[in-house]
Amino acid sequence: MPHVIEVQDLTKAYGTTIAVDHIGFRVEEGEIFGFLGPNGAGKTTTVRMLTGVIPMDGGSARILGHDIRAEPVQAKQRIGVVPETSNAYTDLTAWQNLMLMGELYGLEHGHSAGRARDLLDMLGLLGKKDQKVQAYSKGMKQRLILAMALLHEPVLLFLDEPTGGLDVQSTQMILAMLRDLNEGGTTIFLTTHNMDEANRLCHRVGIIRSGRMVALDAPEKLKAAIDRVHLIDASFDREIPPDALSGRAGITEVARSGDKWRITTDNPDAAVRSLLEASRERGATIISLNTLAPSLDDAFLRLTRGKEP
Amino acid sequence: MNPAGIPEQARRAWAIAKKDIRIYYLKGPVLIFGIFMPVFLFLAFFMGSRNLPFPFLYSGLLSMTLFFTATAVSPAIFPWEGSARTLERLASCPVTIPTIVLGDMIASLLFGIGVTAVALLLGLAMGLPLLHAATLGAAVLLAGCCFSALGMLLSVPPTNVPSNIMMLSSLLKFPLVFVSGIFIPLGEMPPWGMAIAVCSPLTYFTDLVRYAVTGTNFFPLLADFFALAAFMLAFTAVTMVLHRRTMPMRM
Ligand SMILES: Nc1ncnc2c1ncn2[C@@H]1O[C@H](COP(=O)(O)OP(=O)(O)O)[C@@H](O)[C@H]1O
Ligand SMILES: [Mg+2]
Repeated sequence: MPHVIEVQDLTKAYGTTIAVDHIGFRVEEGEIFGFLGPNGAGKTTTVRMLTGVIPMDGGSARILGHDIRAEPVQAKQRIGVVPETSNAYTDLTAWQNLMLMGELYGLEHGHSAGRARDLLDMLGLLGKKDQKVQAYSKGMKQRLILAMALLHEPVLLFLDEPTGGLDVQSTQMILAMLRDLNEGGTTIFLTTHNMDEANRLCHRVGIIRSGRMVALDAPEKLKAAIDRVHLIDASFDREIPPDALSGRAGITEVARSGDKWRITTDNPDAAVRSLLEASRERGATIISLNTLAPSLDDAFLRLTRGKEP
Repeated sequence: MNPAGIPEQARRAWAIAKKDIRIYYLKGPVLIFGIFMPVFLFLAFFMGSRNLPFPFLYSGLLSMTLFFTATAVSPAIFPWEGSARTLERLASCPVTIPTIVLGDMIASLLFGIGVTAVALLLGLAMGLPLLHAATLGAAVLLAGCCFSALGMLLSVPPTNVPSNIMMLSSLLKFPLVFVSGIFIPLGEMPPWGMAIAVCSPLTYFTDLVRYAVTGTNFFPLLADFFALAAFMLAFTAVTMVLHRRTMPMRM
């Protein structure tokens, strides 16, 4: 089996909104693939199509060698899914939820029970296994949902923003678990809008924006792109018009931020020289000058901007 | 094990039914629409028509009970699961949409059979004669399947607001009760009434129940069974096809 996930021309429209627009990518066995994009980019729609929850309008997806349209049950049998919204049965206990999963995946009861116990223990929920999920916190629910997705030992795990809005403890627990699983050979497909998380966790990252793939790279290359982007805050003792700054060497973008100018640059050295030059020409004095470490989120925004379809 | 094979999918449908039983039997709307409504409807009727014989009245109650209870659970499950976001969980499990629908139908059927059995025992305790027990059993089973499929059919519109579906199904269920020979014997119906009555599956079930407790029937028994089976197959097939289309819209 060459690729665990093979996607071609995958497309989905909701009315006139094209949520996913002819995207294609492949995920290799054993990798953690990050699927990154701002809110509304089409991440959830993509995951739902890949996991056979909603039908696609066009294109194809092979999951573990099974066409998700032709053989959905065979594909689903071997994948685990953590959907975006918490959805264990709140009227059941954690244990009952897990046993239901065991039956839905056709596991033998004794095997389910053993697995469930191990997973609950690892995720710190064993003491609360007979409590109704209603009483669980958001973080506990999310950990339970991860356990439900792992009960049948899937070889491929889909997670849709698994740490969104969670407390630090649950986030750490889940990320640590994902790393362990991956070391044990599980392939992981993770969506996130958190660049930092993707960078720390993923071997490869695909970036989606407005339903289209805008980048597909190893994080090293993304990091290289990020490292090029710096911000400089500068303020002067008198008004300096923006056109006195923009267009100079090293300055790629100028924006007003309070009484300061925020300069975007991929060459801080040249940009600082240009700022000095501009202030001298205008007879102005520099009051403050600050170079800011590149923020991942800024870099991410830049990556997903400028390639507007 | 072939996860997509029929035996395995049937087992998983049973798991879904067990889950439904645990979660949905005790939800307020199920109790109200499934139990209190038919009881009050019947009591109102019982008070007003003392001149009709007890077995005639009680067979009507039994027939209504199965109809209301077997259609009480099934319409609400999809909207509930859609709004609780548990449907997405089910949809990502290795079960087909017909399997999910079948599981919900089984839960609905068992609710109907259970409550109807209690109603029957109460009736027997009150002196109701039971002349044809096997016929009654077969009729309850077949009609229960038919009604729970009808209930599933009512939940096809992809709204995730359970009360909308409850409203819609009441709109259909109450009129059906009045045209199905429960309160007015089929023999006393005007021709236009008969024309409507033959279109209601409840008519044939009521006829069979009446036969089981009073010994008289309007249609030939085989015709009753045949009609119920035809309705059951049609409702089941249509509901499976339509849910396959509308279920993704609930996500
Ligand atoms: N069920 C739906 N009905 C209509 N539009 C939808 C639906 N689901 C998603 N969309 C639209 O599709 C686009 C992509 O959404 P989504 O896949 O949820 O993005 P993401 O998960 O990246 O935040 C958005 O514009 C969203 O409004
Ligand atoms: Mg999303």
